[in-house]
Amino acid sequence: MSAAASAATRMSGHGARVSLLRRRADRLGDRAMFGICLLAALLAGGTIFLVGYQIVHGAMPAIDKFGLGFVTDTTWQPNFGKFGAGVLLFGTAITSAFALLLGGPIAIAIGLFLTLLAPKGLAAVIGPLVELLAAIPSVILGFWGLVVLAPFVQEHVEPFLHDSLGFIPIFGAPQTTGLSVFTASLILTIMVIPIIASISRDLFRSVPPELQDGAAALGATRWEVVRGIVLPTTSSGVIAACILGLGRALGEAIAVSQVIGAGSEISANLFGPGSTLAAQIALQFPGALTELHQAALFYCGVILLVIGLLANLLAGWIGRRFGYGGAVSR
Amino acid sequence: MNSRLDLANADDLLQGDPQVPSRVRVQPPAPAGPTVSTPPTGVTETTVEMRPLVAPELVFDARGVSIFYGAKQALAGVDLGIRRGQITALIGPSGCGKTTFLRSLNRMNDPVPGFRIEGSILYHGHDVYGSDVDRVEVRRRIGMVFQKPNPFPKSIYDNVAWAPRNLGLRRGLDERVEQALRGAALWDEVKDRLKDSALGLSGGQQQRLCIARAIAIEPDVLLLDEPASALDPIATGAIEDLMHSLKGRFTIVIVTHNMQQAARVADRTAFFSLETAGPKPVGTLIEVDETTKIFAEPRDPRTRDYVSGRFG
Amino acid sequence: MSGALIPEPTAPLTPSGNLRRRQIVSRAAEVAATGAAVLALAALVLVLWTVVSRGAPAISLDFLFKGYPEGVGPMLLGTVVIALVATAIAMPVGVLVALYITEYSGAKGAGALKLILDLLNGLPSIILGLFAFVFIVKAQEKQTGFAGSVALAIIELPLIARGSQEVLQLVPKNLREAADALGVARWRTVLTVILPSALGGIVTSTVLAVARAAGETAPLILATSAFDPKKFSVNPFEALPNVPTWIYKVSEEGNPNGYAEAWGMSLVLVAIILVTSLGARALLARSKRKLSSS
Repeated sequence: MSAAASAATRMSGHGARVSLLRRRADRLGDRAMFGICLLAALLAGGTIFLVGYQIVHGAMPAIDKFGLGFVTDTTWQPNFGKFGAGVLLFGTAITSAFALLLGGPIAIAIGLFLTLLAPKGLAAVIGPLVELLAAIPSVILGFWGLVVLAPFVQEHVEPFLHDSLGFIPIFGAPQTTGLSVFTASLILTIMVIPIIASISRDLFRSVPPELQDGAAALGATRWEVVRGIVLPTTSSGVIAACILGLGRALGEAIAVSQVIGAGSEISANLFGPGSTLAAQIALQFPGALTELHQAALFYCGVILLVIGLLANLLAGWIGRRFGYGGAVSR
Repeated sequence: MNSRLDLANADDLLQGDPQVPSRVRVQPPAPAGPTVSTPPTGVTETTVEMRPLVAPELVFDARGVSIFYGAKQALAGVDLGIRRGQITALIGPSGCGKTTFLRSLNRMNDPVPGFRIEGSILYHGHDVYGSDVDRVEVRRRIGMVFQKPNPFPKSIYDNVAWAPRNLGLRRGLDERVEQALRGAALWDEVKDRLKDSALGLSGGQQQRLCIARAIAIEPDVLLLDEPASALDPIATGAIEDLMHSLKGRFTIVIVTHNMQQAARVADRTAFFSLETAGPKPVGTLIEVDETTKIFAEPRDPRTRDYVSGRFG
Repeated sequence: MSGALIPEPTAPLTPSGNLRRRQIVSRAAEVAATGAAVLALAALVLVLWTVVSRGAPAISLDFLFKGYPEGVGPMLLGTVVIALVATAIAMPVGVLVALYITEYSGAKGAGALKLILDLLNGLPSIILGLFAFVFIVKAQEKQTGFAGSVALAIIELPLIARGSQEVLQLVPKNLREAADALGVARWRTVLTVILPSALGGIVTSTVLAVARAAGETAPLILATSAFDPKKFSVNPFEALPNVPTWIYKVSEEGNPNGYAEAWGMSLVLVAIILVTSLGARALLARSKRKLSSS
C-alpha cells in the first residue's frame, strides 16, 4: 500500500491491530473482486468456444459420413439417410442477398432522412419508431407474414410480376399459398432495415458539420453534399453495417421457416418454395428421429456458425481497418 | 445618438471625394480625363476635375439588417455597402455579429434554428432573401472560406475539382485546377503531388487549398471568415499577400479580429460592436469608412477606443 | 470557353447553368429518402395494426389468467420464469465482465473481450437452441425451462455487458483516483461508489436485454416446447410453457381457429416488449447524460 494510504489508515484513529485486519480484508477483497471479474470474463470467452465445440461435436456423425461434399450436395432425404446442404445454402444465399440488396439502400436512405432531411423533432420520433421494427419478435413477424403478407403477395404481387416479367426466370409461376422464397425475402428485408438504418444514422450524424458547410458554400445541392462528402466519408462504416445486417438475415430461422414453404429443390423461381440453413433446423429438428438426421442438421448449424462468425468478424475488421471504431452491438 | 453611418450622410461628410458613388445604381462612366469647365463670368479659368474612370458599384447593399436567433437578437439595423473589387474588412470584438452578418450574405445562416432576418440585403440590386432566390445559386456566386481550414478528405486535385465537376465545368478541368491553385499561391508547393490527400498539408496550405477550391468556380464575391486566425504568423502573411493579388478579380469581405490585419489588407473597414443601450446587448455597425480614415481619424469615440487598443 | 457556365454577376439569383437540373436530382433524392422512411413506418404500422386488431378481441381476464383452453396464463407465467432465470444468470456475469473491462483489463484485453461479446451477440439464435439441446436437454434427457434460460442467458449476456460497460466507463476517472488516494481498497470503491452511480444504466441495459430475449423463439423450441398448456408451473426443471413457442406451434399447425389466441399472445408480448424497450431506452439515454455531465 502507498505511504499515503497507510497514513490514512493510521490516521483513522484505530489501533495498529485493527488497521492490520483492515488491510488484510482490503487485499483479500481486491483479490476476490479481481478473481470473480476474471472468472466472468473467462466464462464469456469460454462460452463461445463451448458453443462452437458442442455444435461441431453434434455434427460429427454427419461430417464423418458426408465430408465436405455435404456443402454442395443437393439431396435431402431423411428417409434414406441422404443429406446435403446444397439447396439450403442456395436458399440462404438468395434470401439474404435479396434482403441486403433491397433493404440496404432503403435503410441507408432512412439514415440520410433522419440526419439530413427531417426536422429535428420529426427525426426524434421516427428514429425510435424504425428501431421499434427491430424489437418485434421474429415469431410474430413471421406469423404476420404467414397470415397477412403471404396472401397479399400471392394475390397481388406475384401474379402481376409473373404476368409482366415472367420471361425472367426469377419471376416464375407463383404458389397457391404465397409461401415462397420471395415472401421470406421480404420478411428478412423488414428485419434487416432497422439494423442498417440505425448504424447508418449514427455514422451520418458523425460527419463533421464543417465539411458539409464547406461543400454547401461551394454551391453544391443537398444531394451533392451527400454524394460527395457524407457517403464517401462513411462508406466503410456503412458497408460494415450492411454486413452486420447480412449476418442477421443469414441466421434468422423462425420467421423464415414460417413463410418460406419448405421447398427441397434449387430453383431460380423466387415465387416457389425454398429453405435455408437456419429454417431447416427449426423445421426439422424437433421431428428428427435418427441420429444421422440430427447430425446433418448440426452440420447445417456448423456451416451457419462459420458464415455468421465470418460476417461478424468481417464487419468488425472493415470498421477497424477503415476508421470506424469497432463493430457495434445492437 | 447616431450610431450608424448612413450612406445618405456620406456625401456631406466626404464632400468632393470623387470616389463616393451615388447610392445604388451603377453610374454610367463619366468622360475620362480632365474636363474643362468655363465659369459663367467672363473670366477664363481652367478647372481640372478628375472624374473616376469607372464608378465603383455596390455589390452588396445592406439596409436596416437585423438578425435574430429565436428570441435573441444578434444584430441590429446594419446599413452597409460593399464595393466591387475592393476588400472590405469587418472588425470588432468577439460576439458583436460580424460573422453573423458575413454568413447572412451567402445565406449560410439559413439552417441555423430560429434564424430570422429583417431589413434587406441587395446583391447587385437583387434581394438575397427574395422568394424566388435559389440558395444554391447564391452560394455559387458568393463563395466562402471558413475560419478553420476544412479540406475534404480527398486528394488535393479532387478538392479543387469537386465543385467545378458539379457545375458541369468539366472541359479544361486540369487547367482550371492549376489556375485556381496558382491563384491561391499553392501551385508550386503541390504541383507534384496533386493526388496526395489534402489532409497531409500544413494548416496554412490547407487554408490556401480552401481558397483555391473557392476561386476554382469563379465566384463573384469571396467571403472570408477570419481566414488566418487558426494559422501561424508566416501562414497568415501568405494569406494576406494572397488577398492583395485576388482583390481585382473578386470582391472580398473579410471578418477579422486582428485590427492590424484589417489595416494591412482592407480598402474599407466596418467596425462592429455591442450596443448595450437597450435591454440586451446587440451587435451593431458603429462606423464604416476607408481603412485609413477608420484607423487615423475615426469619427465615433467607440471606434477610437477600439482601434487604439483601449478595449477589444 | 466556360463563359456560359459562369453566371453574370448582375443576373437574378435564380438557378443558372445546370443548376435547375441538379436541383431536380436533389429533390428526387430527398423524395426517395422520405419514401424509404415512409415505407419502413408503413411496415411497422401494418404489423402492429394486425397484432392489435386481431389480438385485442382475444384479450380478457380469463385469457390472461386461466389455463388452456380458456386462457394462456401458463404460457405467460412460464415466459416470465424463464426470463427471470436467464437474467439471474446473465446479469451478474454481464456486470462482472463489464467491470473487468473497465477496471482491470488493459487495452488488449478490453479489445479481445469486446470482440468476444460482439461475436456472442452475432450468434444465430437457432445455434443457441441447438446448443441448449445438446448441452442440457440431451444430458438431462428431458426438456427443461432451465435449458431455455441458459440459451436466453447467452443472448442477454453481451447486451448487459456492453450496456453496463458503456455506463461504467462514464463514471469520472477522478472519482477512482480520489478514492485510491484516500487509501480505499479497489473493491470497496467499486461496490460503494462506482456500481451505484452506474446502477441506472445497468438496470436499463438489463431490461433491454430481457425485452430482446423474451421474444426469442429459436432457443426455446428445442429446449422447452413440449409442455402441458393447462398447468401453471414455476418449476424451471421441467418443460415450461412459454409464449413464443406456442405462437410458433399455432402458426405452423395452420388451423385458423387457433389463430385468435396466437394474436392475443402476440399482442401481450409485443406490448410488454415495446413499452419496456422504449422506456428503458429513454432512461438509458438520461442516465448516460447525467453521468457524462457530472
